[in-house]
Amino acid sequence: MANTLPINISAWNHRHILDVQDLSPAEIELVMETTKVMQERLLRNSKKSSELSGKTVVTLFYEASTRTRGSFEIAAKNLGADVVNITVQTSSVAKGESLINTIKTLESIGADFLVMRHPLSGAHISVAPFMRAGLINAGDGWHAHPTQALLDLFTMLQHLKSMEGRRIVIVGDIKHSRVAHSNIWCLSKMGAKVVLCAPPTLLPAGLGQASSHFPSVEVQHDIRTAIADADVIMELRLQKERMKGDLLPGVEEFTRSYQLNTARLALAKPQAIVMHPGPVNEDIELEAKLLHNSRVVVNEQVANGVAVRMALLQLLAWREEYA
Amino acid sequence: MHDILIKNGHIIAPGEGIDQIGDIFLSDGRIKQLGQNLPATNAEVIDATEQIVSPGFIDLHCHLRQPGFEAKETIQSGTKAAAKGGFTTVCCMPNTSPPLDNAPLITYVNTIAANEACVRVLPIGCITRARNGEELSDMVSMAQAGAVAFTDDGNYVRNPNILRRAMQYSLPLGLPIIEHCEDADLCDGGQVNEGIIATTQGLCGNSSVAEEIAVARDIILAEHTGARLHIAHVSTRGAVEQIRQGKKRGVKLSAEVTPHHLTLSEEALLGYNTQAKVSPPLRTPADIEALIDGLNDGTIDVIATDHAPHRIIDKQCEFANAACGISGLETALGSLLKIVHNGKLSLTTLLAKLTCAPASILRMKIGSLQVNAPADLTIFSPHKEWIVDSSNFVSHGHNTPLEGETLHGQVSTTIYSGKVVYRNT
Repeated sequence: MANTLPINISAWNHRHILDVQDLSPAEIELVMETTKVMQERLLRNSKKSSELSGKTVVTLFYEASTRTRGSFEIAAKNLGADVVNITVQTSSVAKGESLINTIKTLESIGADFLVMRHPLSGAHISVAPFMRAGLINAGDGWHAHPTQALLDLFTMLQHLKSMEGRRIVIVGDIKHSRVAHSNIWCLSKMGAKVVLCAPPTLLPAGLGQASSHFPSVEVQHDIRTAIADADVIMELRLQKERMKGDLLPGVEEFTRSYQLNTARLALAKPQAIVMHPGPVNEDIELEAKLLHNSRVVVNEQVANGVAVRMALLQLLAWREEYA
Repeated sequence: MHDILIKNGHIIAPGEGIDQIGDIFLSDGRIKQLGQNLPATNAEVIDATEQIVSPGFIDLHCHLRQPGFEAKETIQSGTKAAAKGGFTTVCCMPNTSPPLDNAPLITYVNTIAANEACVRVLPIGCITRARNGEELSDMVSMAQAGAVAFTDDGNYVRNPNILRRAMQYSLPLGLPIIEHCEDADLCDGGQVNEGIIATTQGLCGNSSVAEEIAVARDIILAEHTGARLHIAHVSTRGAVEQIRQGKKRGVKLSAEVTPHHLTLSEEALLGYNTQAKVSPPLRTPADIEALIDGLNDGTIDVIATDHAPHRIIDKQCEFANAACGISGLETALGSLLKIVHNGKLSLTTLLAKLTCAPASILRMKIGSLQVNAPADLTIFSPHKEWIVDSSNFVSHGHNTPLEGETLHGQVSTTIYSGKVVYRNT
């Protein structure tokens, strides 16, 4: 298994993908370059390769997922790996096994890479130091979803070429969104201007205070002000449990205030693109008829997800082989 | 029991205004004489040259975990840790299993302590049965069995009318009600201070307002009932201000702060460091400043450890599932002397907060170097450098955020009731 791709992997020094926060801009560029190679392969319809032949990728999801899990599975299989999906409800986790013991068990049965989604923030960071297998974070609590942020960046770069100075507006439930958190880190590192647009109850605390621990962002409560002159508008999915209660009076008012529709999109730059991590609540975050607009790139995001995940698995495999 | 002569120490007893170089003679478990060049006749001599000799420290707030959680701590191991940290009196919290909500359980703790503890143990009983916040516990019977205060620590008494009744019912006993002030609704499930540190880790925030509202409500109830109220582990600037105003109005109010809230900020939690997970959570540098101001102006009366030992697996897990608390008895003095060494608190004030001030809340004649007071003393080197290594803890709880840290100041000898109960060899 030789390094047959035109990528300088000496700049890569990660055994795990825990968070975009850990990656330097140069490393993010490296992921983008590797993704480009993978994407070309997918487009040439020569999907299958054997770089990960003989390796076992285990997906361990403590939360429901269709696209992320499927995307990882296809990515791993495209690279020739064997994939095992662990269903949490039927495993010994349901019997109260600790996370670290579950992971040790999966390593013992031969996992080389573990793709995990966990409902608690920081779960991956807590277990990674004890792991032999490479760990990829497929989402932890409200904290991070690095592969989503990287596929979003790849998608943006296809349309915008460079992120420097771009106005990227993220709209919706920022507070509980790991997608938003990882995007804030990733986009800030790449030089974009991040604008968050939400009612105050759906924003995390402390955004106004200068801190070395979090990127500085612009906060807007009015979607029209936020969108004006935007290069990208990313709407987030409003989870069912947030739709009414003490955070929002109801879905109708949220829709009136924060939905992206044709009229509001006209306020953005003419070539601005519209993104959504999916699955979309049609006519809530996004006006349903907007989904047919060519500027809405939701399906490109999903397709790019496979390439990004192939790239990350490949980088981790190389790191393991050449380190 | 043999006599002990402590020679040439820097004797500081804030309650008596003593601050002098000299000797102390102990006999029959009591302090017999303070002076210069006292004769050693048949006594064991402890050379305290260049060391501080203080009344033994009193901890109003620690968790000894017995009965029920003996894997975390026992009365025996917890009091050994106390002695090592210079504490000769510890008040143990009732959130055991079963909780200390009736007289036989208070007697149980006192019986175990009589046989196995190496320092004085003063049990605190529950305010409500099973700490459920719904029915009053047997406060009178517990007081008769030796309970020194009442608390549902770990829980705030959520229903204000239950706390009002508890204050009224226990009024004839004259014992303080100790409250863990955090309004559960306002905490909103948050386990770390609300702010950018919580945000960057994607953790649910616990706003300082949850503590401040709880403190304000309880002060109003104490004012209304005339009961004695003691606020446990104050952590926010706003809570300090509530207490300051309450004291100005003459409410029978006292308050404590922990070594960790005085010395560590929320940044200690970065990287999901479960060792720094405590309740209430670590706050901001501005809160720390306000807590130190509160100590200096008398708003905060005492320093208490909130020693909360846990097993390794209680901390080695996902952050949200990790237990709250620090095994703090053995690092308390070294941590607190940082604030003295950086000039923000005088040594005398620090010692007052650890000795005469808690004694006065307990209304006991301890924490003193008066002739005939119990011979409870702590001798320590205020500058001695040492590195925290939890594998050397005598507490069963090795949970500390200070692992590997260099501290300045260490206890050399602890004497309880005229007997050496700890000696640093």
